[in-house]
Amino acid sequence: MMLSEASITLMKEMTARYPEKRSGILPALTIAYEEVGHVNPDIYREIAAAIDVPMVEVAEAATFYTMFPKEPVGTYLIQVCHNISCALMGADSLVEYLEEKLGIKKGDTTPDNLFTLISVECLGSCSTAPMMQINQDFYENLTRAKVDQILEDLREKAKAQA
Amino acid sequence: MSFYSPVRTNAQEVAASDRLHLFKYVEDPEQHTVATYEAHGGYVAWKKALTTMQPEEVALEVKTAGLRGRGGAGFPTGMKWGFIPKGSPKPKYLVCNADESEPGTCKDRVIMERDPHAMIEGMAIGAFAIGCHLMFVYIRGEFGEPIRSVRRAVKEAYERGHLGKNIYGSGYDLDMIVHTGGGAYICGEETALLNSLEGKRGQSRIRPPFPAIEGLYASPTIVNNVETLATVPHIINRGAEWYKSLGKEKSPGSKIFSLSGHVKQPGNYELELGHSLKDFIYNPKYGGGILGDKALKGVIPGGSSTPFLTPDMIEVGLDYESLTEVGSMLGSGAVIVFNEDTCIVWALLKLIHFYRHESCGKCTPCREGTGWLEQLIRAIEQGRGRPGDVEKIESVCGNILGRTICPLGDAAVMPIQSSIRLWRDEWQYHIDHGKCMVKTHFEFK
Ligand SMILES: Cc1cc2nc3c(=O)[nH]c(=O)nc-3n(C[C@H](O)[C@H](O)[C@H](O)COP(=O)(O)O)c2cc1C
Ligand code: SF4
Ligand code: FES
Repeated sequence: MMLSEASITLMKEMTARYPEKRSGILPALTIAYEEVGHVNPDIYREIAAAIDVPMVEVAEAATFYTMFPKEPVGTYLIQVCHNISCALMGADSLVEYLEEKLGIKKGDTTPDNLFTLISVECLGSCSTAPMMQINQDFYENLTRAKVDQILEDLREKAKAQA
Repeated sequence: MSFYSPVRTNAQEVAASDRLHLFKYVEDPEQHTVATYEAHGGYVAWKKALTTMQPEEVALEVKTAGLRGRGGAGFPTGMKWGFIPKGSPKPKYLVCNADESEPGTCKDRVIMERDPHAMIEGMAIGAFAIGCHLMFVYIRGEFGEPIRSVRRAVKEAYERGHLGKNIYGSGYDLDMIVHTGGGAYICGEETALLNSLEGKRGQSRIRPPFPAIEGLYASPTIVNNVETLATVPHIINRGAEWYKSLGKEKSPGSKIFSLSGHVKQPGNYELELGHSLKDFIYNPKYGGGILGDKALKGVIPGGSSTPFLTPDMIEVGLDYESLTEVGSMLGSGAVIVFNEDTCIVWALLKLIHFYRHESCGKCTPCREGTGWLEQLIRAIEQGRGRPGDVEKIESVCGNILGRTICPLGDAAVMPIQSSIRLWRDEWQYHIDHGKCMVKTHFEFK
């Protein structure tokens, strides 16, 4: 089992609010992703059992939505917006800077498994560009100094939690 | 660390105006709480609608006000509500579209973070107007802070009796579900959104039937944008005649414009419809001019799906008719500014990559066409363009336009076509010389 009792209970509660059970799939995937950090067929099976829908329906939905990584990622998933408003404000150079700071290429995870770096489509922060999302949080109006600070804070946080 | 958007607004100007209204309290750090929202006159419109008006009167007021949808298509809101079949035994649903993913657009997020009750109150009024007892807001899944803020607000609205059973003793019950998405632009298209809300892949549906007849769970459904709904309480409070006196005759009211790209002061600004685009970009109250005092190259006035304008066209008013007259669209009201250093081929590669990635794949012209376009434009951008490529791009565009199930296909094509019309020499130069006419290299600070 990859999902906790608490997550399963929450999935059931959420699903019960909708007129049809199938609507509980996306909320359930979100809960699973927030707990595990990614989703996979074992998780689809657990969700299907929890909210009583066919597993194929869970898999069908999961594979459509890009927000749920299908493989494990680092503790912190860094997603840089590479779309037009951010690109005009230097998003490409932000990605390069992160690659250099983290010593990895876009798409990769650091050897200590702390950071995964990817670039994504517009995140609705176009007037505070350039920006990135790390796990559930947005970091906007980024500068080199801010990026340095954010990475340092996250390293500290990870150390404190270890 | 706060994850509340630091975006700049014109809240001060709005507070001093008796015409602008949406952003009045948006800089008040307590506005997101129900107590402050109520202290600022919140939920008065909902109570007025529910306890003193008939549903038809509510819809009529909004129709008379001339409010048009702020999600992109500009469809008259009151008229849309009127499409719900009378006397249908099926449940009716209201869905608030908070998928906000069109590049350049970042306004609904600010309403949800800073003034979430405005959206909830507008939704409640809309729900009452169409006879709905269960309403949904579909928020894009990446929006961590807006989701947290709306969830808190919904909980508070229940606690204060603005939602739930027998609201204000009227006998009317209304529930609300906060639903979060999975990262797909297409889920902002209303029929794809409904599929997604049903737990399916977010692919568009063929119309008819329209959602007002057969929408969510095959029941009559109205989908409205966050900003559209957040406007409704103001119309109920102050009346259709007041609302009609703002903006322009065919584009009444005010709207939030997201300003991004090469301006000194990007941000979200509430303006009356019809405000000059040029003033918006250069006025120190808003954009404050072009970043680095460079020359302006072009503007996308209504989100990444709308055609470009050149500097000689920016005297235009920001409203539905004026922008259509100059060959573009108001869309979501997201103004993206490009300075003289922007290579147009580079910019279009960013855009077409987006549409190719976000195509839901249901119809061939869009699924295949956006892929070809990205390949062709990438080749040109990387200096591998061949004679005839511009014509090839135009031909692929022509085979997509008007031949798809939903407007995403057209949205992908329109900025490309307009950029070729306006900067054909630059496209050609890129092919002939294997490089940009201008140097595009934007460094972040
Ligand atoms: C590809 C695509 C994406 C869209 N994205 C959004 C969106 O993020 N938010 C939104 O309100 N409308 C979006 N729309 C428009 C909706 O389909 C619909 O017209 C709108 O939500 C209706 O609300 P309104 O009448 O209040 O504007 C999109 C349309 C298309 C074709
Ligand atoms: S136009 Fe594109 S996004 Fe719309 S239905 Fe067709 S394939 Fe899907
Ligand atoms: S373009 Fe980057 S957040 Fe919109």
